Amino acid sequence: MEKVLMKGNEALAEAAIRAGCKCFFGYPITPQTELSEYLSKQMPKRGGVFLQAESEVAAINMVLGAGGTGTRVMTSSSSPGISLKSEGISYIAGSDVPCLIVNVERGGPGLGSIQPSQQDYWQATKGLGHGDFRLIILAPNSVQEVVNLVVRAFELGEKYRMPVMLLSDGLLGQMMEPVEFPEIKAETADNSSWAACGTKMQREHHIVNSLYIEAKDLEEQVKARYERYAVVEANESDAECYLCDDAEIVITAFGACSRIAKSAVNKARAEGIKAGLFRPITLWPFPKQQLLDATKNAKAVLSVEMNMGQMVDDVKLALDCKIPVSFFGRTGGVIPSPNEVLEELRKLNGGAQ
Amino acid sequence: MAVKFQRPHALCDVRLHYCAGCTHGIIHRLVAEVIDEMGIEGDTVGVCPVGCSVFAYNYFNCDMIEAPHGRAPAVATGVKRARPDLNVFTYQGDGDLAAIGTAETVHAATRGENIVVIFVNNGTYGMTGGQMAPTTLPGQVTTTSPYGRDPRTAGYPIHVCEMLSTLDGTALAVRTAVDTVPHIRETKKMIRKAFENQQKGNGFSIVEVLSTCPSNWGLTPKESIKRLQEECIPYYPLGIYKDVEIAQANADKLAMGGAAK
Repeated sequence: MEKVLMKGNEALAEAAIRAGCKCFFGYPITPQTELSEYLSKQMPKRGGVFLQAESEVAAINMVLGAGGTGTRVMTSSSSPGISLKSEGISYIAGSDVPCLIVNVERGGPGLGSIQPSQQDYWQATKGLGHGDFRLIILAPNSVQEVVNLVVRAFELGEKYRMPVMLLSDGLLGQMMEPVEFPEIKAETADNSSWAACGTKMQREHHIVNSLYIEAKDLEEQVKARYERYAVVEANESDAECYLCDDAEIVITAFGACSRIAKSAVNKARAEGIKAGLFRPITLWPFPKQQLLDATKNAKAVLSVEMNMGQMVDDVKLALDCKIPVSFFGRTGGVIPSPNEVLEELRKLNGGAQ
Repeated sequence: MAVKFQRPHALCDVRLHYCAGCTHGIIHRLVAEVIDEMGIEGDTVGVCPVGCSVFAYNYFNCDMIEAPHGRAPAVATGVKRARPDLNVFTYQGDGDLAAIGTAETVHAATRGENIVVIFVNNGTYGMTGGQMAPTTLPGQVTTTSPYGRDPRTAGYPIHVCEMLSTLDGTALAVRTAVDTVPHIRETKKMIRKAFENQQKGNGFSIVEVLSTCPSNWGLTPKESIKRLQEECIPYYPLGIYKDVEIAQANADKLAMGGAAK
């Protein structure tokens, strides 16, 4: 398999086409721009639809329409744009329509900055819109993993009939890395029981809808959805452990930031500090059991993030607060250096220098 | 015995929730009759709004998608782009289409999105109990314009068909009413024309139907029709504001030295 050098955003777009994505609806925003531009070039040549919508709000509703027909569909944006999409995401989740939503994160709040950030962890894992619902959140840390997870995102979304978010960031989106596209054959789920694609006068009409005017009916729907979420939690949580077996200090870090943390772990090991790295690949479901296993010898956990510590709560909850959890991060689009993280490890190891 | 009159197949055999005297029932029936007569029910997807007709997904027998408030034209765009083989229509009220959904409406029209929009204009937010709508007439009393709509503070009503007729992507912009039998027949003719436009790939077609809301207007059904005729129609004149087929026919005639219609 030949490796090619590609930007993360472009590799994501190429992977989506190869995974059978038929429609893309989006709106320009930095730093996800290359993704839309790539698809605007490629989709018309390869039998797909590219449409630049009048707003993020319209784009996500076009996703609801296309996804509602059972068509494989995606949108992409960056942080402020995801806020605008949150109305539509709630409706999509409430209508059980599968789709892929990409967030190439930048700094916030407000217009924030255009530099890489992980400031949408809370939004992605806990607050993508009003109501009781979840999205599967996938957090790659390399351009190759972006490609691999795009395929999985479509499969998971259709398997569980729910929207999936791929949480990238300005670093992963903009950097170039060698990447290969394996023979992709994304599985498709049978949508004939629900999709609104014409009755052909051969069945009852399908209704793609999130409204249940009777409170008890809505409760029943939400509870049925949560039963599905429980299956997702049991089967789909995923993480990578690096040198965790004997680690006394375990760093938790996701996405691009985990690469920096890994460098720090290597530097620490060279100094004799028993450090390890635990990297959640699914942010929801959060890989609780994997974290417990990875920290069985740990005396301290350090969450390293490009935000003000949004993942710390989930780490503490997974550990049931049995191991002290501290935090180090940079925010606003500032990227932490391995040496800054190493210094934190030294402190936790009992000797700041 | 021969059947002379029956419920259109495209209309579900269920009880509609609309108030007495509301004209949604008539308009639903007209859309369903057109779908029946064109034989397209099995290849049609309807998109419902938020508002009084939110439950229209229970009333039309074709596949249906419920859109967020105002977003029906965007949802319909997604359906049509993904599946150009399907006939796609939205069914929207004035608050939905001309206030919160203005951007989605204007841009679906300017893209020439090949969809049908049925726009039911009764000048009020019926579902939430009669608040001021973008199409509420100047001076009209509603629950949020209790002293009558004052354009100096509440702005002026929007003339949707006039506005959309300025856009190149609009194929048909027509305003009708359902106050009389001739008007009802004309409305059906225009709904059919809109669906035919879609099949021909002509672009965006909107049929604005002036409607009544006896419950929130505080009038009897009969008085409501009278108000529609005496106050609403003069403010929102009926007629075809844009029809690309007439425009094309006229251009062809002029090119041949004939008189334009």
